[in-house]
Amino acid sequence: MATQHSRSAARLMMAPAVFLLLVWMLVPLSLTLIFSFKKFLPLRGDQIESGWDWVTFFPSLDWVGFANYGRFVSSSAFWPAVSTTLILVGGVLIVTVVFGILLAILLNQPMWGQGFVRILVIAPFFVMPTVSALVWKNMFMDPNNGLFSHLWRFFGAEPISFLSEAAMPSIILIVSWQWLPFATLILLTAIQSLDGEQLEAAEMDGAPVLKRFWYIILPHLGRAITIVILIQTIFLLAIFAEIFVTTGGAFGTRTLSYLIFQRVLESQNVGLGSAGGVYAIILANIVAIFLMRIVGKNLDA
Amino acid sequence: MARSVTTQRKAINTAIAWAIGLLIFFPILWTILTSFKTEGQAIASPPIFLNFDWTLENYAIVQERSNYMRFLWNSVIIAGGSTLLGIVIAVPAAWSMAFVPGKWTKDILLWMLSTKMLPAVGVLYPIYLLFVRMGILDSRVGLVIIMMLINLPIIVWMLYTYFKEIPSEILEAARMDGATLKDEIIHVLTPMAIPGIASTVLLNFILAWNEAFWTLNLTSVNAAPLTAFIASYSSPEGLFYAKLSAASTMAIAPILILGWFSQKQLVSGLTFGAVK
Amino acid sequence: MSLKNTLYAATALSLVGAFGAVAETITIATVNNGDMIRMQGYTDKFTAATGIDVEWVTLEENVLRQRVTTDITTKGGQFDIMTIGMYETPIWGANGWLVALDDLSAEYNAADILPAMAGGLSHDGTLYAAPFYGESSMIMYRTDLMEKAGLEMPKSPTWDFIRQAAAAMTDRDAEINGICLRGKAGWGEGGAFITAMSNSFGAQWFDMDWGATFDQEPWKNTLTFFKGMMDESGPAGYATNGFNENLSLFQQGKCGMWIDATVAASFVTNPDDSTVADKVGFALAPNTGMGKNSNWLWAWALAVPAGTQKEAEAKQFIEWATSTDYIDLVAASEGWANVPPGARTSLYENPEYQKVPFAQMTLDSILSADPNDSTVNESPYVGVQFAAIPEFAGIATEVSQEFSAAYAGQQTIEEALAKAQALTNDAMEAAGYR
Repeated sequence: MATQHSRSAARLMMAPAVFLLLVWMLVPLSLTLIFSFKKFLPLRGDQIESGWDWVTFFPSLDWVGFANYGRFVSSSAFWPAVSTTLILVGGVLIVTVVFGILLAILLNQPMWGQGFVRILVIAPFFVMPTVSALVWKNMFMDPNNGLFSHLWRFFGAEPISFLSEAAMPSIILIVSWQWLPFATLILLTAIQSLDGEQLEAAEMDGAPVLKRFWYIILPHLGRAITIVILIQTIFLLAIFAEIFVTTGGAFGTRTLSYLIFQRVLESQNVGLGSAGGVYAIILANIVAIFLMRIVGKNLDA
Repeated sequence: MARSVTTQRKAINTAIAWAIGLLIFFPILWTILTSFKTEGQAIASPPIFLNFDWTLENYAIVQERSNYMRFLWNSVIIAGGSTLLGIVIAVPAAWSMAFVPGKWTKDILLWMLSTKMLPAVGVLYPIYLLFVRMGILDSRVGLVIIMMLINLPIIVWMLYTYFKEIPSEILEAARMDGATLKDEIIHVLTPMAIPGIASTVLLNFILAWNEAFWTLNLTSVNAAPLTAFIASYSSPEGLFYAKLSAASTMAIAPILILGWFSQKQLVSGLTFGAVK
Repeated sequence: MSLKNTLYAATALSLVGAFGAVAETITIATVNNGDMIRMQGYTDKFTAATGIDVEWVTLEENVLRQRVTTDITTKGGQFDIMTIGMYETPIWGANGWLVALDDLSAEYNAADILPAMAGGLSHDGTLYAAPFYGESSMIMYRTDLMEKAGLEMPKSPTWDFIRQAAAAMTDRDAEINGICLRGKAGWGEGGAFITAMSNSFGAQWFDMDWGATFDQEPWKNTLTFFKGMMDESGPAGYATNGFNENLSLFQQGKCGMWIDATVAASFVTNPDDSTVADKVGFALAPNTGMGKNSNWLWAWALAVPAGTQKEAEAKQFIEWATSTDYIDLVAASEGWANVPPGARTSLYENPEYQKVPFAQMTLDSILSADPNDSTVNESPYVGVQFAAIPEFAGIATEVSQEFSAAYAGQQTIEEALAKAQALTNDAMEAAGYR
């Protein structure tokens, strides 16, 4: 029974948030768009003259049409970067969702000290990505002094260099460790809302564990899983610190956002990097539309 | 028939859960332990777990090299300020989306989330230039604004899902009693949504605390938070595991303690509407 | 107006004046290397002498480069002094982004700066950054292991000798690797090493038309030799080892030889940190008899970005930090072995310093590297382990990533070189060289 009055009030109340996000999206986006059609090599002396350049589309920089766009995709690094991005996001999603479900089911069982276990499991989520990358890289994965190498030697194996020989799985491990608590918590809340009697009835009927899981628990978790996937994808697409600290993009771990970083900051080719940024936005939106179709459906349900 | 759980099964569950919990927590535990070792013990082979000479020397060295309190304070201000500002802006928006949904509500919501997918590295240059022009480089205000904008979509979305769970009959009853819009939000809705708001605040505080790209690139001295503090401890010359561990422990301890104390509030509200 | 009021006003003014002088603060961006961190410990003395406060922004090398480059190209004005290297200085100086250091005081004696360093930190003959310390690279080796292997290190060995010695010293069971070298991706890490090494194999980055030369024999020889030797005698995971990793390996006694920055000599001979402090010998970086040794030339230097409000104070700090007085200060409290090396001629003429075991070898190494003539054949660029053009950092980082992937066995040397060739030519085209 929303009245006309409350409708306009509602619009008014939404305005600040919408306006701010619109500005936040449009200003950097339009600047990135302009730069992507320009030759902008700051170290070669390409400069933006004054504050008013914003309005006049930076007359001090030369237009180059679609040259940056062409160069960015034709570079041998482009497609590997796209697939690396997808593998990283997909890998972390699979690990966190699968182990998140198992962990949530486990934590939902009766046990002593449940609260304490939950405290332990939740902890990695509080660790800043830079710290977690540094700790994993140096204290665990280092081939000489890392804990893993001691473990390997203890079992008589030759320690391997995780971040070069198995760089991608290592990074997926680090990132999954950070995000597993998040997935577990949301899935746990969802499991706790499951009707206990229904499960018990199934148990009484002698339904095996796997069947109970497949036909009762999993369908109940569908919505929670979609939400975990959506939220995590948003954050995972932007992963940067973990790669910067551990491999610096070497050994096949260069994601699209890392490639852009290399173009803009290491090569100081802002035009080329901006074109890459536009591609990344397009990729993110493809993923987003794909996800939102699923989530949107799920949200209505 | 009462549900009977055998003690044996409970014991097995406990053992497995504790083992897994400790395994997941181990990297943090190991970091904390290492921070109390000498550099030599930190890399000893085979590794030493507890039987070492506990020392606070690393903390003293780290504190001597960088003024921890200033970084900590900046982290608190930036994470706290951006979260509060975000809540103030997001509550009305989430309210109107939840209770006066229009044709476009869901699209707006999803669009808001999609702004989070803008690759930060791609827009660093424009943002840096803007900050230079506006004179807010290395200022807490600038960082609070950026962090708020980054987390706003998540805040709106979380609040929206909580508000939607509040039965609209209650609001209608309040309206019947002649409550104004203001009354409705402040006296009816907000008290009911406190758990949800608390959880939103906590989650976004954590996210803002741990954000490492903007906080590192847009600050130098005055506004540099703990993410910048840690940036000077990655692989300096020589042995550094113990010092790195001490710095890491100092960087994560405040948020870890906060998180543990408030985990009930955080967890109870962390559903994103996953539970109907 | 009464006398009292006038007095009050005068007092207030003088207070403001005094306060103003104390409140002057300069912000310095620097790298988290040992010498820099030591300098931070002495900053109090500078503040006490001048009344200028110093704020340090200490960052890891890669983060530092990213921060200062963004800041200088956008005229962000975040820093009054930036710590930069021999690669950045001439490029930034040419763009007019740095304050020329041509008016330093007479007692500072700029003429005392080692000519090799001053040359690399200048553009068109004007000094734009003052070296805090300078380095070349040389061989550091374990005298005990060398003896055990029954070999003797010549003063200027060949790569073949090094490879043979490395194999002889390797003892996997005792966790001793014959040789530790940088394989880590990054132009300043493994990229710098392999470039310097390639010079001795007759390779170079660009031909006279700025074309890449990775499709030619010398590069293939360099990489094949490097990987072959490291697979035989190097530590596990050498493809991710950089300066710091190797330093800690060497200090733990896990390396027979290590070819790296001359500044490392003071760390490996320091008994506080190093378990092998009394068993280290030094030699010139190896060659192949083609006339070039594989040592580089580098300096970490302090520069003042143009546009800072505190130019005078910043210069005052630079004069203090890179002066001979500062060297004396460190020598007095920490010993001559720990002073920042490689920056001043007078240091090497000091009889006290000449007693330091690695002093002469450091100087010889520095003197044998010439940025203007670093390659066997003629090349169009300046620089030993880099080419001083703005595009180099980006290109070399990617090239070194391909190399590291080859070291780790993820691709063959041929594949790595082919990719390096393509991406270098592509980037040079994008920048308008070709």
